[in-house]
Amino acid sequence: GGNPTATVIALCSMRDFNLAQETCQLAIRDIGCLEVLINLLDTEEIKCQIGSLKILKEISQNTLIRHAIADLGGLQIMVKILDSPDKDLKCLAAETIANVARFKQARRTVRQHGGIKRLVGLLEGISVGSTSLTPCQTKDTEIARCGALALWSCSKSVKNKEAIRKAGGIPLLARWLKCSHANILTPVVGTLQECASEPSYRLAIRTEGMIENLVKNLSSEHEELQMHCASAIFKCAEDKETRDLVRQHGGLQPLSVLLGNTENKKLLAAVTGAIWKCAISRENVSRFREYKVVEALVELLTDQPEEVLVNIVGALGECCQEPINRTIIRKCGGIPPLVKLLTGTDQALLVNVTKALGACATEPENMMIIDRLDGVRLLWSLLKNPNPDVQASAAWAICPCIQNAKDAGEMVRSFVGGLELIVNLLKSKNKEVLASVCAAITNIAKDEENLAVITDHGVVPLLSKLANTNNDKLRRHLAEAISHCCMWGSNRVAFGETKAVAPLVRYLKSNDPSVHRATAQALYQLSEDPSNCITMHENGVVKV
Amino acid sequence: AAMSRKRLQQLVDSLGRSAKHFNKNEVECLIKVFDALVAKSSNRFAAVGFDRNSFRDTLHSAFGMTDDMIMDRVFRTFDRDNDSCISVVEWVEGLSVFLRGTLEEKIKYCFEVYDLNGDGYISKEEMFQMLKNSLLKQPSEEDPDEGIKDLVDIALKKMDYDHDGKLSFMDFEKAVRDENLLLEAFGPCLPDIK
Repeated sequence: GGNPTATVIALCSMRDFNLAQETCQLAIRDIGCLEVLINLLDTEEIKCQIGSLKILKEISQNTLIRHAIADLGGLQIMVKILDSPDKDLKCLAAETIANVARFKQARRTVRQHGGIKRLVGLLEGISVGSTSLTPCQTKDTEIARCGALALWSCSKSVKNKEAIRKAGGIPLLARWLKCSHANILTPVVGTLQECASEPSYRLAIRTEGMIENLVKNLSSEHEELQMHCASAIFKCAEDKETRDLVRQHGGLQPLSVLLGNTENKKLLAAVTGAIWKCAISRENVSRFREYKVVEALVELLTDQPEEVLVNIVGALGECCQEPINRTIIRKCGGIPPLVKLLTGTDQALLVNVTKALGACATEPENMMIIDRLDGVRLLWSLLKNPNPDVQASAAWAICPCIQNAKDAGEMVRSFVGGLELIVNLLKSKNKEVLASVCAAITNIAKDEENLAVITDHGVVPLLSKLANTNNDKLRRHLAEAISHCCMWGSNRVAFGETKAVAPLVRYLKSNDPSVHRATAQALYQLSEDPSNCITMHENGVVKV
Repeated sequence: AAMSRKRLQQLVDSLGRSAKHFNKNEVECLIKVFDALVAKSSNRFAAVGFDRNSFRDTLHSAFGMTDDMIMDRVFRTFDRDNDSCISVVEWVEGLSVFLRGTLEEKIKYCFEVYDLNGDGYISKEEMFQMLKNSLLKQPSEEDPDEGIKDLVDIALKKMDYDHDGKLSFMDFEKAVRDENLLLEAFGPCLPDIK
């Protein structure tokens, strides 16, 4: 025990140890020094608080130390220190909080003690766009930087994202976004992209004009900053207006250029993700074509980690909205790697691959390659995948394959147990799976022999059981399936007996014209059987 | 009572220039404070300036300083011409550094305070003197000075860059620039922010 003078000398000397080394950090904890350091925080002696925080900031990089600091009540004290008028002290407290708040309970503690409000308050300095600052402005920028670092750590919790918003954090973050210093931009953008999982933030990012700044910083020299900007765009581009804004502010080109940086995998994942979501809008796909994005993406199809591949394939799938891109993919040799990916296990990747291949399969030349590489069989076996999203996606992709393959009927028959498999999927509870399977069955039923087989497998009662639905997507595909299945034997009668007719009449009340069309077809086919006509009449079909 | 208007004006002008951190208004106020405080003391040197005791009283009441040895050293540092009396000029110029000095000026000031014998070095003995009362004495401790000696060793190890066993001005300056907290390493000789 000593007075502040002695304490400060001791604290300063402690920093000469290699505080980044784990053995040192744990030694500090084991000799009870953490309690001393935290007690020092609780005093009013600014120099002692500063000295202590300088040490705590370093050693809190260690996970065990972080937990220990939180257990000893260190966070509450640090939050209180944020009220201090001393600028250096505020910065150190915020930076230490940023380190400690890397686990859930710590983030909760910060929030429960009013930390979020105070951290947002640190952002209130005046941001300047120019590069030369007065010492005072530099200090304010430093305070804001530390506040942003802490908020970034804290923002990983959903409740904190909300708290930051309620404390008025978004306009302040927007203001600092206009600044040009990378060292504050990075935590600011980091926080924004973390929070962009919330719709309220995505809306604010769009309306407060932040897309422009995000796009601008895609061209920064700092890769970490580029990555966070791309990540933010990735998340925000779920919304159409944002996709348009990105294009309008010239964001598509820097994204395309960044595809060239294949070393930095995290950056590549963020960039490919942003490209994927932006490509949902057709106008963006056209622009991407000018920048030769499809070619670049195909080149990246091999040898990338899964989180990058998911996005690359997603992007290719969206780009296929433009027919010419489907040709480009083939010419660049993109089909074989895509088919190879069908054998993977990552479910998100499988969903994207099936979607992309389905889109490619609409071109007969592509279909030839897919067939030659056994792609359809691989797709079919994905119907066995436990994940309903994968099942549905595979079924959707199978449809164009059947439509565009040579000898489609023969091909389908060659899959052992394949027809039985797909008919059984009609027992699924998932609406998307059901709709996609109906669509596939519609295509399968165009071949008479296959229609006979699936009838044997009980397709009629299974389809009829689904008839009572209000889901327009399912209704449409179900009606199409029924109308095609009518073309065999006594299926028309069977549909009537299994009570499919009456519900179908109700479909005509829907607002969706494609439902009407499909239903009309189905009813027309069914009406060749007299007892069905009676049913229809009873249900007022003429009126409808 | 003290000065004529014209002399006051001249004084304010010259001090405004030499005490860089105060403007003319502030200098005038400081002079008034000086006059008021000096008048309070009952010493016959009052007309010329602060003597040691009055100055220490002021340091205590205005700035909350309590360490006798340090306060004495502050007096010596303010008292440039070493006449045991702080004139109004020494008062204003001293306060300029004391209250608003740049880091460079403060480093020089603190070094002067800590260099007890004024030989340009802070020696181990001088450090010992200043840190003598900084540790709580444990009743069971055999040699209470042991702790102080350790503390002095730690300080020296941290700050003695040229390894000559004592702190030159360069050593001190380098240490403080590296770690600002060490500015008042041997005792509080600058006003507290509170």
